[in-house]
Amino acid sequence: MNPLAGCLLVSALLFSVGLAGALTRRSAILVLAGIELMLNAANLNFIAFWRFGPHPEALTGFIFVIFSIAVAAAEAAVGLALILAIYRHARTSDVSEITEMKG
Amino acid sequence: MTLAFLILAVLTVAGGVAAMTLRRLVHCALALTVAFAGLAALYLNLGAEFAGLAQLLVYVGAITILIVFAILLTHGGESDPEKVFSPAGIAGGVIALAVFAVLGWAVTTSSVAHGWGAGAAAQTSAPQTSVREIGLTLMQRYVLPLEVIALMLTAAMIGAVILAWREKRSVDPGAPSAPPSPELRV
Repeated sequence: MNPLAGCLLVSALLFSVGLAGALTRRSAILVLAGIELMLNAANLNFIAFWRFGPHPEALTGFIFVIFSIAVAAAEAAVGLALILAIYRHARTSDVSEITEMKG
Repeated sequence: MTLAFLILAVLTVAGGVAAMTLRRLVHCALALTVAFAGLAALYLNLGAEFAGLAQLLVYVGAITILIVFAILLTHGGESDPEKVFSPAGIAGGVIALAVFAVLGWAVTTSSVAHGWGAGAAAQTSAPQTSVREIGLTLMQRYVLPLEVIALMLTAAMIGAVILAWREKRSVDPGAPSAPPSPELRV
């Protein structure tokens, strides 16, 4: 197995762990952490393809990772602020108990 | 695939698994720090120094601290440690396993694992990127996305402050309420 496939497999594993956490945990904070793990797995893919791709001097995947980190930081800030607002409203951060908008 | 890569990969995945399975939320945040630091080391191992250090600064330095603050502010440390998985947890685990099976099958059977990926990996060493080159690329070719990101970060900062703003009325509902000023009630 070459290094690129190794990176892609680690990234797939990390993505699946994040997805499992986001789908199974009750705490809204850990759902957000799972989403962060998935974003990081995608970043690892970008870095791996930049490193082992045919044109690393173009820096495309590298710049994409920089932008992706900035977007993830903004997402985490807004997401955690939303969780705090929901907690003040519902007095819980358990996603299976926040069912006010359930149809 | 080198030994360093294997060690870092095992560390990262173990941190991620621990972050998603531990029962106390603070322990989860600490395990998440391990996973993020392992990813930063993986970036460094792959030759992306700037991205690795940015990952270290943003994720290990900022986002983990933010998550710890959120856990402490929502009294997450006192939540019932017996009920950490949602009722539909088994279905979520099965879905995640299926996703990993599909991704792993795609990676191991594609031409990436055998064809051009192997050739490119054999012939290229780590690409040399200086911070000067990255800065020039950001300021010339990607200047428009950079400005959009700057605008988005500003909007996210304002939005986070507005969302987390403590409303006066929800704190003491029994008190005689002055008419709230429009700035506070967004």
